[in-house]
Parts: sequence; C-alpha cells; structure tokens
Amino acid sequence: MASFKPTRIQVYPKLGEKVTQDTLYWKNYKAPVQIKEFGAITSIDFSPLAPHTYAVTASTRVHIYGPFSQEPVKAFTRFKDTAYSGRFRSDGQLLVAGCEDSVVRLFDVSGRVAIRMFKGHTKAVHVTDFTSEGYQIMTGSDDYTCRLWDIPNSAELTSYREHTDYVRCGTTSKLNRDLFFTGSYDHTVKLFDARVDKSVMTMDHGQPVESLLLFPSEGLLVSAGGRYVKVWDLLKGGQPLVSLKNHHKTVTGLCLCSNGQRLLSASLDRHVKVYNTTNYKVVHNFDYATSILSLGLAPDDESIVVGMTNGVLSIKHKKSPEDSKGAVQQKRQPAYRVFVKGKNYVPKQDDYLVSKPVRQHLAKYDKQLKKFNVSKALDIAMEQWLRFRKSEIPMAVIKELERRGTLKNALAGRDERELCQLLSFVIWNLVDPRFTAILTTVAEMLLEIYQSTVGMSSLVDRQLLRLHELLDKESECQQELMEVLGMLDVLFASAPPRKEVTLPGDSRANGLALGDAGTHRPQLQTS
Amino acid sequence: MVVHADTRVVQRGGSKINFRRPVITQDSRFLICASGESIKVFSTSTEECIQQLQGHTDLVTGLELNPSNHLQVYSCSEDGTVRLWDFTDGILIRTYNVGSRILSIHVSAKYTGEVFLVVPWKDEQGEFGLVSLNLPPSVGQLVEAKELSCLITDVSAEPKCIAFSPSGEYIASVKDNLLFVYFFRKKKKVYRFALGTADKKGASNAFNCVACHPTDDCIATGHGDGKIRFWRNFNRKKEYTYSTVHWHHSGVNALCFTPGGTNLLSGGLESVLVQWRYAQEGEKDFLPRLGSPITEITVSPDGSLFCTSHADNKITVVQNGNKMSAVIQGLVHGEGVKTELMVDPRSKALVLNGKPGHLQFYCLQRDKQLYNLDIVQQEFIEQSNLDQFEVAAAALDSRGAWLATVEQRSPKELEMNLKLWAFDEQTQSFVLNTTIAAPHDGSISEMRFSPSGQTTLVTVSRDGHFKVWQLTPPDPAEDEEPSWSCDFVGAYHSLVPKCCCFSADGSLLAVSFQEVVTVWSPASWDLLTTLSQPPGAVQNLCFGRLSCSKFLLGSTEQNLLCCWNLLTCSLEWSTSLDVSLLLADPLSENVAAFCCAAQTTDLFVFRPSEPRPNFSQRALCPGRVTRAVFAPRAASLDSCEESSQWLNRCQLYFLTRNTDLLTFLTKTEEERLMASSRQLTIDDSVAMTPFYLLLGKHRKQQQEERDILSSQSGERTLLPQGSVAIKELLHTPAHVLPAATLLCSMFVGSLLLNVSHSREESRPAEEEVESEKEEEDSEEEMEAGPPRPESEEADLRADGPVLTKAQQRELRGAKRLDYSWIKGIMATKP
Repeated sequence: MASFKPTRIQVYPKLGEKVTQDTLYWKNYKAPVQIKEFGAITSIDFSPLAPHTYAVTASTRVHIYGPFSQEPVKAFTRFKDTAYSGRFRSDGQLLVAGCEDSVVRLFDVSGRVAIRMFKGHTKAVHVTDFTSEGYQIMTGSDDYTCRLWDIPNSAELTSYREHTDYVRCGTTSKLNRDLFFTGSYDHTVKLFDARVDKSVMTMDHGQPVESLLLFPSEGLLVSAGGRYVKVWDLLKGGQPLVSLKNHHKTVTGLCLCSNGQRLLSASLDRHVKVYNTTNYKVVHNFDYATSILSLGLAPDDESIVVGMTNGVLSIKHKKSPEDSKGAVQQKRQPAYRVFVKGKNYVPKQDDYLVSKPVRQHLAKYDKQLKKFNVSKALDIAMEQWLRFRKSEIPMAVIKELERRGTLKNALAGRDERELCQLLSFVIWNLVDPRFTAILTTVAEMLLEIYQSTVGMSSLVDRQLLRLHELLDKESECQQELMEVLGMLDVLFASAPPRKEVTLPGDSRANGLALGDAGTHRPQLQTS
Repeated sequence: MVVHADTRVVQRGGSKINFRRPVITQDSRFLICASGESIKVFSTSTEECIQQLQGHTDLVTGLELNPSNHLQVYSCSEDGTVRLWDFTDGILIRTYNVGSRILSIHVSAKYTGEVFLVVPWKDEQGEFGLVSLNLPPSVGQLVEAKELSCLITDVSAEPKCIAFSPSGEYIASVKDNLLFVYFFRKKKKVYRFALGTADKKGASNAFNCVACHPTDDCIATGHGDGKIRFWRNFNRKKEYTYSTVHWHHSGVNALCFTPGGTNLLSGGLESVLVQWRYAQEGEKDFLPRLGSPITEITVSPDGSLFCTSHADNKITVVQNGNKMSAVIQGLVHGEGVKTELMVDPRSKALVLNGKPGHLQFYCLQRDKQLYNLDIVQQEFIEQSNLDQFEVAAAALDSRGAWLATVEQRSPKELEMNLKLWAFDEQTQSFVLNTTIAAPHDGSISEMRFSPSGQTTLVTVSRDGHFKVWQLTPPDPAEDEEPSWSCDFVGAYHSLVPKCCCFSADGSLLAVSFQEVVTVWSPASWDLLTTLSQPPGAVQNLCFGRLSCSKFLLGSTEQNLLCCWNLLTCSLEWSTSLDVSLLLADPLSENVAAFCCAAQTTDLFVFRPSEPRPNFSQRALCPGRVTRAVFAPRAASLDSCEESSQWLNRCQLYFLTRNTDLLTFLTKTEEERLMASSRQLTIDDSVAMTPFYLLLGKHRKQQQEERDILSSQSGERTLLPQGSVAIKELLHTPAHVLPAATLLCSMFVGSLLLNVSHSREESRPAEEEVESEKEEEDSEEEMEAGPPRPESEEADLRADGPVLTKAQQRELRGAKRLDYSWIKGIMATKP
C-alpha cells in the first residue's frame, strides 16, 4: 500500500530581481520615520562621535537630531537666509554652516549663537568643511572662489579663484590637513594644497559637479554630477577609473557604507542606488517618494537618512537582531514546545524502541483528493486563493482534477456565490500565460455547464460580461503583438547574414548544397 | 545462410510471475508461482527466490499443492504434462504425460487420487472441458496417464472461473453469463443458472470469477460490471437465490474466501483489496493503492497472509489483512516500452519503462527488479480512458551521474516536462535536480547526453529544433545547487529533426533533418558539414567507435544503410537494407543492425570498415525490433570462435514486439551457466552443519596447499599450527565434532609430508565412488578401500526412483565437481 502522493504545486520561476545577500541586508530596515522640515533639505552630516547625532540643514535652520529622536534635539536658527552645508568637526564639538547671505557661521554644538562669523565671500556659500586638524575651515561659494579660514582669529588665510563657475561641493582630506577638494559647476574637480596658492590637480567630470566623496584610504575620489558618478584614481594623478550611469536624473548625494565596501548614490530621480565598490555594479536600489537632495548614513549603517526636495526627512533604522528574532520567537515558543514534546528524548541503552509509522501530513485539498471528493478539493483550493491570492494552489488542484478527468464534475453543481468566485478566479488569471492553457478549458466548461442559467443572476452575468471584455482586450493585444513580431521579422531578414560556413574539404559528393544554418539562429520566443 | 550453432537466442528473465494464481505453502513461508517455463519458490518474508523448478518445456499453466502431501506441488503445462515436485528440495518426483495441452489444474481434498484439468475439448477452437485425471499409482518417474473422464464441457480456460467446494460436493464454473454447478453425488448432474445480459455504461454483467465458501453452501461470483453476487440454495434448480453487493466501479477480477469463511476478498482494476464481512456485506475494509490492478488473490491456509497478483508482474504479500509485508516484482511489461533500453553504468541494471510513470531498474543477472524510480510523482488513478503522464524518453550519461527523463501526456495539447536527475551517493538513488516545463513545442524524438566530460544534453524535437541543455554552475555567492538551462537552439531550414548522435569522444554531434544529416561541433555549436543520401529521411544515426570512429552510419526510410567517411565527408558505402535499429557496441568497433524483412527481424553485426558482417542471423524473431542495448559484461569472455567474438565484451539484449527480453547466449557461456547451476543445487542440498563448514574450509586449505606445491615441488607443507582445520578442531566444542576416527586421520595427515599427487590423478574414478559412500557414513568410509564398480548403481537405486540417463549424467558431473575435498583427505591419509 503505497502512500498517497500529494499534488505537486508547480513552482513558477520568480519574475523580478533575484534575492542576494545584499537585498537581504538592505531589506533589513524598519519602515521609514518621516519628519517634515521647513524647506528642501540640502545637507545631512553625522557627528563622528557617539551617539552619532546628525545635523540636517534645511531652509534657514540647522537641526540636530539624536539617533532615535523624532524631534530635533537642537536647532540653530540664527541665519538671515537659507543655510547650507552644516558640518560637524571631527571631535563633534563645533559645527560650521554656510548661508545664502555669504556669511559662514561657526557654532558650538552646545551653544545657540554663532561663536564666529566669517565674512569675505560675496555670494552664497554652499560648501563648508573643517580641515583635518580642526583649526581651519574650507569654504566654497557662488562667487567662484574657495577660501581657507583660521578659526581662532576668524581671518581669511587663502583664497583660490580658479573655478569659473559656482563651487557647490567639496571635501577635505582626513589624513592631510592641507589638502581639500572642490567641485564646481564648471565641470571640474580641483585638489588644492594650502601650502601652495593654486590647485595641484584638476579632473574634468564633464557635468556640473554636485557632490564629492573621498574614500577612507584617500586613494580614490568619487564625484557626482549630472547623471554620472565617476571614480578617480588620485594616486595615478586623477585618472578616471569608472563612470557609472545608473540614474536618469542628476545625482545629488554620495555616501560610503559598510567600511567602504558599498557606495550609495542619491539622485533627483527618487532612487538611492547601492554599488559594490569592487566591481561597481548596482546591488540594491531604494525608492523614495520625491527627488532626493541629500543623503547620510550613520556609522555601521545603523540608519539611512535621506533629505528630499519637499522638505521631508526620511530615516530608516536598521532592525536590531533581537527585534527581528524576538518577535518570531515570542509567537512560536509555546507552539514549538508542544510540537517538540517528548520528541527530543534520546533513548537510553536499555530502552526498547517501538517504531511508529510516520504519519503523512497532507494538505487539506489533498485529503479531499485522496477521498475522491473533487468538489470539496476545489472548494478548499479556492479558499486558499481568496485568503492569500496565490494562484498556484488552485491551479495545481485544477490541473490534477483535469488529469483525473473529473474537472467537469468538480465545476458543476455550484451556487451563485461559488460560481462568481470561480469566474472571478478565471478572470484574474486567464491572461497569465502560465495558466492560460488550462483556464481556457475551465472557462469553456463553465460556460457549457451554466449556459442555461445565464440571465438568472445579475452577479454571474456581470462576471460573464467582464470575462467577455477581458477576452476582447486580450485578442486585441495579441494582434498588436503579432504586428510587432512581423516588424521584427522584417528587421531580422534585412540584417546581414552571418558568415558563410566554409568547409576545408570538397563536399559536393553528398549531393546537396551547403545550408546556411546561421540565419536560423536567432530564435524568437513568441508567446 | 550460415548457421551459428555456438550462439543461441534465449529469453532472459522477465517472464511473467503473475500469469497464474500463486500458491502459498501450508506453513506460509513460501510462495510458489509459475514463471514462464519454470516454477519459482519465493520466501514470503525475504522476497528472495529460493528454488527454481525447471523441467517443463512449455508455459506452466497451473499450480496446486498436493492435498495428500503438503510438501509437494502439482504443476501443469502447455507441453501436456502434469508434474509433481518436492518444492523444498527442488526435486521432480513424477511426470504424468497427458498428451494434450493443459490450461489449468485443480485439486480437491476429497479426491486425492485425482487431479482436474482443463483441456481443449472436441478439437474445437476455444472450447474447453474440465476433465478428471486418475493418477495411476506407480513408482516410475515417467507415467503415461491418459484416462480422462469429462465432467463439464464448455468451461472457461481461466482457472479463476472454476471453483471446487471444500467439501468436495460440487464444482462451480462460470462462463459468459452462465453459472454451472456440477454435483458429484447427484449422478453427475450439472445445474445451469443464467443471468440476463445487461450492459450498463458499457460494462457487461458477465461472470469474471467464482469462489466457493469453505463451510456454507454459498458461491460468490464476480462480474464485469463490478458487482459481486452470493448464490445460495443452488442445489435446487428452481429455488436458488442470490444477493448482490456492489463496490467496484469496474470488473471484479479476483475473489477469494478466507479459510474460516468469515471474509471475502475481492480485487479489480482499482488496485484496492476489499475485504467483505461474510453475511454482513455492508461492512468492508479496504487496502488501497496497491499499485496496479489486482488479477489474482490467494490466502494462506492459516489465513494470516494474503497474496495479490498484479497486472504489472508483481505479487504483493499482505500480512494480517492490513500490512504490506513483501513485494515480489518481476520485469514490468508495460503497454509498450517508450524509452530506449539503457544500462545504468553504476548498477549494471537495465533501465526501461516500468509501472506507469516510473522507470524500472532491472538487474539482468539476478532477474530481479532493483528499484522503481518515480518520474511523474503524481498519484496514479487507475481508470480506463484516462490520459496519464507517461515517461516518453530517458537518457543516462556515460558515468551514470545524470538521468534525463521526458514525461508527456497529450489530452488536447501536449503537456511535457523534461526532468534531470542527479545521482545521490548517500541515498544511492536519483534525486530530482531540474524540471523544465514544456522544453519543446513538439514531442521529443530523441535525447542524448554528451559522452565527453562536460555535462551536455541534446534533445531533438518534432517542432523543428534541437536544443542543447547544459549544467550551469550556481552563483558562488548563493548556496544553490547547480541547475540545467538551455544553451543553444539549433535548426536547419525548418526541417523536422529525427535523431541525433554524439561521436564517441563527444567532439561531434550529428543530427538528422529528414534527408540531411547535419554535423555540429559541440565546442562552438557551429554547423560543420551536411551529409545526405536522398531519397528517404534518415531514421537512425550511429557513429563508429575506436578505430572506426571516422565513420558515420545512417539508415534511411528507403531501405538504405549508408556509411559516410567523416574525413572526406563523402559516402563510403551503402547497401539496401530495411534497418529498424542501428546500435554501436560501446566497447568495440562492432555495430549491430536489426533489419526488418518479411515480417521477421534479421540481425547483422559488422564493422563499418569491413565489407563482410562478423555475424548474421536471419529470422531472429517476428516483428520489428526497435529497442536493444549492449550491456557490458563484468568479465569479458575469451571465445575464439569468430562468429561469437563480438559477444566477448558486451551482451546484446533486445525487446521483441511482445516486449519479451531476449539475448544471445554463446556456447561457452551456456556451459558455464549449466555448471554453476548444478553446483548451486548441490551446495544447497548439503546442510550447513559445523561438520560441513569444517571440511569445506579444510578442502580449500588443501587446495591452496596443492597449488603451492605444484608450483614449487619438494617444498614442505605448512606447519600444523598454521592449518585452519587444526585451529577449527581445537576451538570447536567436542560434542559437535565429527567422529574421532576421522579427525585423527586428518590430524595425522596434516602433520605428514604431502605425497606426490600423480598417484591420485591416475585413479580419480575410484575416489569418486568412495566419496559418494562417505557422505552417507563417514565411519564406513574408513574401511572402504577397494573400488566397487557396482556401488554407483546401488546408490542410485537406494535414492528412490530410477533416474533417467540425463539425470545420471548430471549426478555424476556433480560428484566430480563437489566432492573433491574428500580427495584431499584421502590423499593425506597414511
């Protein structure tokens, strides 16, 4: 007596992206927290010190948020105009910000009023940053200049006038106190050395540069501008290494994460893309509601902070391991104990083992199929569909019934509600090419069985009309596809054929001219 | 035509074991069933074949236990003899020559001196009569028994249509719509009960089978429409009654009462064993999913075992009415073998279609099914006119690591799955790796693995394409198993391909597209060349092997066998032959061509490079042969005769139209087989006593010693402490040791120098005689000195019945073979 073989649920290949380690990693974030700021968020900077607060620059304010706060823990509001580029010093004590009114302000993080004001730029200052030893400030402005300032006496040290357009981004070296990079709308990225009075390296990005990022080793520089993200090898004198074009609008933000193994880029096209920094392939993608202006990542990827044009700050926190596991365990624990009861008993040496036949667990529909209750099996399968909207199980049961030759029996004898359910299932799945073949049979059978009752129920009639519309639409669609196919055929036919097959020997003896199999090679899969 | 006396076509195994109802012995330990021309005794617990009773020269058609001696069994055969066997020792006791074909045999406990046979009656076609045969009391081996007295004329040939009442009062027989009851007492009167014909839904209510209740006067009959009727009061013609029960949806094939009469077992197409409670038929138990339709049911005399024969050549033993305890499975004869015959390189088993949706692995050496591989993995619903999934093609790669199968069903449009199975070392079976739904739009006509190292599969389909599938290694980042995917799709001028073939090293692939053979390079999938010999589409393709690997053979529809030279791309030779199958021997250059001529098949075995065939046999078997396989031998034969040399390394098996598995047997092989079978029977008949073990080991030891001596003469024998026999002696408890007189001589003998053997070799005949005596009585053996020429005859007479000449010869041969150990003892005796 062989055991009952359960119905095989066909596994269809999953469409869409494949699940990789990266997708699992980046999916492991909680639902985003959204905070509304007063204007477009132009800059996000994380404090290098724990607890890693971050400064968000939007409109005329710089807000500082705690790692899990929903409200700003601190606000710097003494700006006359729109503030830009709020940046922490490496010790997390000082914060510098530029402003539309060309004044650069330096704040003590615990204070409220600017402790220094650096005046000298003639136009809005979009870039500010501390140099690595922390006593100087680098700024870049729309007056095409970038300057170095001394903090203690708030005096201008140097001014570089090499850019020919707005300077909109920049970064300082963390290893050398004299080096800093600026990117400008004149399409160039320049490396300045404070010890000399001109740039030491110039790289042409080809687009207005929006963002710059230095790798921790400072051997590679990443620049973003236009739709391109470019990586430059600084040790080879600024040679371009890669050019990535994965966004379809201007890239506005760059960020490194996971110890420099992944690179994130944010763009106005509402996406944040994650690149592998070894092969520069996109490994993951985040979607946001509106265009993104700034991007920040907490150390250890604890949270992803994204600022958008509509002033919404979106914060995604990583799920803590206890969080993700704890919830599941709490739910399962009692059930697990019940299941395992007595089963983890290890027999002792003298114990006499009485083997018990393993009971076969069957799905509900299989239990009915085993008893040849075809209608009930179909009912249960349809229930599954209603609950989970997964068509695989009802399709497998329908196929099994069809194989047994009892599909008609199972479909017959339904009342109005059940018939409507069946019809809506057919309508839902009929145009899916995986199911079309079998569902046309089902639809034909349903029509054949219930044709005498047409007109007796408005519900059923409505479903039938929907089915009719669907079929009309589908046939139109197919016709269009055939037309496209015809066009493609013309293209293929006019394409030059592959090289002739040449043979070393004389093959006339076999009495047939050589065939050119090459033209038959492109196989068009029509469906 | 050359007659090759040294090779013979024989049927190799695979005979039906479900042809007739098996017999369970009194102690329920053995199951006896008819299997082709022989009778097999199986153990009901271990499923092993214990004894094979050979002697009939035609199909065995019936078996019954001797009612007066439950260790003996009667068998009848189409060769017109009834034979009485002792099935425990495998001895033929008596042969009764009846003279006419016998179709079944019945016995009754009341009439011990009689057997009842069904024989053709009045020389009419399809007319059979039940006759009783008085077995003449005789001591002879061969008995002429021709006194037949007819009981009932016009009976069915099926044994299940006749049932004897246990009390011996009446015989029930059914045919078509009639039930006959024959009473022994009432002046041999036959009552006839007719059932009105009624065809309901295509099923007629004709009688299928009959069974008699062991104690009550009740006859149960099974009908074609699934009903079972219980007949009572049938000893009065007018007042008979019957009641009807109905569960089976199609015909009842088998009925059997349990010995106590409490239950009735029935079975049919549904492959469900139904147990009806007698007299309360509403209650019934089921044993479902027995695998395939039930054809016969037997119950052991104590009622603890049920035995069901199934249509797929299987016997199931059911214990206590609810537990399947053993399955004896022969070669499954399906509806027709759709897959090609293959030999599994690992298990050396023949792989072919088995049960519906399964592949069977059948061991050729042991005539036993090793296992079934479930390909379709769906519940099989036994119902006629249902379109089931069938395994349409299968292929094994050269190492046996991958198996590819195609299953398909075509209700309206073709449903097809290509499955690839990987061999799992741990479970020692194939595990599903990849399923490809709808690999082609049309059915697959041929499928081959590349013989080279890389795993490549080519499928050729009627949709005009051939596809190449390759094992793709998984992404190293993900821990998935490797899976198969399509690598290349090939086509040629939108012609329909028929067959494909890889060259032996896998460097070329030939695909035939109607009249054209295309040759492709598997490295780049470029078309290298085309070969053609119109008219007629190419049917078979086959590359030469080894030294003939430059040749490509093909056969066309227009009865042409062509051989192309691949170096010159031209036709080397062609000949007019209607080839149904071309097959290359994997281990030699030989190619076998099965040709169809005048309704029979001829076989030619040739080398592509030589004009003359090595071997040819006309009229091999009727009908076309389309399935054959070369099975490599475990050890190659060293036959030097030219006509059988081609069988040295491989054995050729082929399937006939009636799915009989035939093979060629060479003379040397046949002799070896006979010798081994004799050896086997003698070995079995000697009980495994400690004495036997002791002496058997001693003999081996002696032989080894002798071998050493013969190579290095004059060397001393081994010291006594090295002798296994002595060790055995010292460690065996005294009460199980043989007589001290014998042991003493052995002991002394082992101490002595070995004398030269030239003396013994000169008089082997004497020792044989002595050894014969010794087996009976070892004490006597010590005195037995001089040869006794008449002792052989005396022994035979003492054995019982006079043996035939052939048997005497056999016995003598056996003696020569087996009792040489005595020689050793004699030699070392002082």
